[in-house]
Amino acid sequence: MKVRSRITENIIHGIFLILGLITVGAVLLITVYLVISGIPAIKEIGIRDFLFNTHWNSTGSDPQFGILPFIMTSIYGTAGAIIIGAPVSLLVAVYLSKAAPSGLRHVVETAVSLLAGIPSVVYGLVGMMVLVPGIMNVFNVPDGASLLAAIIVLAVMIIPSVIKVSLNALDAVPPEYEEASLALGATETETYFRVSLKAAKSGIAAAVVLGVGRAIGEAMAVMMVSGNAANMPGLFESVRFLTTAVASEMSYAAGLQREALFSIALVLFLFIMLINAVLNFFLKREKE
Amino acid sequence: MKKKLIAMGLCAVMALGALAGCGSSNDDQAADAGGTVATDGSTSMEAVIGSLGEQFMNDNPDITFTYNPTGSGTGITAVSEGRCDIGLSSRDLKDEEKEAGLEATELALDGIAVIVNSENEVSDLSLEDIKAIYTGEITNWSELGGADGEIVLIGREAGSGTRDGFESITETEEQCAYRQELTSTGDVITTVSNNPNAIGYASLAAVDDTVKPVSVDGVAPSEDTISDGTYKIQRPFMLVTKTDGELSEAAQKFFDYATSAEAADIISEAGAVPVAGK
Repeated sequence: MKVRSRITENIIHGIFLILGLITVGAVLLITVYLVISGIPAIKEIGIRDFLFNTHWNSTGSDPQFGILPFIMTSIYGTAGAIIIGAPVSLLVAVYLSKAAPSGLRHVVETAVSLLAGIPSVVYGLVGMMVLVPGIMNVFNVPDGASLLAAIIVLAVMIIPSVIKVSLNALDAVPPEYEEASLALGATETETYFRVSLKAAKSGIAAAVVLGVGRAIGEAMAVMMVSGNAANMPGLFESVRFLTTAVASEMSYAAGLQREALFSIALVLFLFIMLINAVLNFFLKREKE
Repeated sequence: MKKKLIAMGLCAVMALGALAGCGSSNDDQAADAGGTVATDGSTSMEAVIGSLGEQFMNDNPDITFTYNPTGSGTGITAVSEGRCDIGLSSRDLKDEEKEAGLEATELALDGIAVIVNSENEVSDLSLEDIKAIYTGEITNWSELGGADGEIVLIGREAGSGTRDGFESITETEEQCAYRQELTSTGDVITTVSNNPNAIGYASLAAVDDTVKPVSVDGVAPSEDTISDGTYKIQRPFMLVTKTDGELSEAAQKFFDYATSAEAADIISEAGAVPVAGK
């Protein structure tokens, strides 16, 4: 009887091990594939020319493969989305965690979860139909499809995940800290902003980094509102992100153009690895 | 990657079509000889060749039809090297290609409509105007008799067949100063319908009444003006075959079917103007 249960145990253990290995294998496969298919074009174009040339004209008679406009656009776009999205999410999280009545908190949390579940193409569509014409009319520019439109869409898209993670971090702050602060005569507002936020800071940093990761990896929604011309970024300029550069040309690309798109994907992949490393760093620190 | 997915998707659709065909009224043809028809070439012809292939496999469940969307140039090379049965080209053959023993049969015509916002007062442009607009020489609608407003150029992504066709006909290759490069016909139409100063181009069949197609040199785009050649922004869809070697039985059957009057309805449904049966 004991032997049999040990065998079952071992079999189940083996199944889980295989499942785990499949996940690891998928990551390895993608990494190896991206590196192998991304390197040749970088070699052929030259890494300096590839990363720092400001001109992208992949199908011209004298093709140019400079991805600096895409890199800068991705950085500006993500930074803009964080500047708008992070403060909003943080204030919402502080309110929900500390001040909101439980009924309201429940309603808002449900709404936030719903917001997180909306497919990105829907964000893109609403952006295209409402935001783009709106920017055109409000700022009196010839066309509203711009970096600004992409930033606003991204800000709205990252808000739910930033709220959720920072809400968890704030909820996990030991009540003793807050009680001590209140007992010393601090007001509730002072307590939430000076004690609770500080105690939850690595969790909140993790939330922001998660937002960065989500923003930099988004393709569909920004493709629909950013115009997709390979310009250097400007707030009302039509711009192309790293993600959209890959997505918009991949369907018909061939030869060096196709290889260069893989190289862009590799650059994007490195960015995201970096962000993940930062995220892990904060999460580890929070545990300690 | 996406190309492969599309090809796989197409195969799946065709396989489904073939399955559906088994159950329907085509049993009388099921006894026909089997085989494969391999086509390779123009990405612009995807809609036309896809629906023709689907119907063909429906009618001939024993024959496998494949389409490899690579581009006109690659398709022509593939057929001359014998890597496919029929090459698909959305341009006429060059002289040296004809000399190399290839011939092209016109399957259909594809009209590209130049579209503006329905509020735009401009309704006729010359081919030169269009060229000047897209190269950035004319930047304001008032120069063309419209209301004052900076012209917003909407185009397709690099590599798109429609962009390729439009730019080669208007002779604006590599000179277009696009404000937006969108990845689908639908996006172009939506964007133009939302911006009073926008101008874009799209396959005529896809244009709906949310935007206004302009006439070019006084000729409004329609099936009639495209098939009689008076509407300028159009290009042919060609089936490319070798002049020497004979087609396999299955490929010949598809060739005959695609150029028959029977296929004309399918071609027009897919957005092009059929040549046969007119």
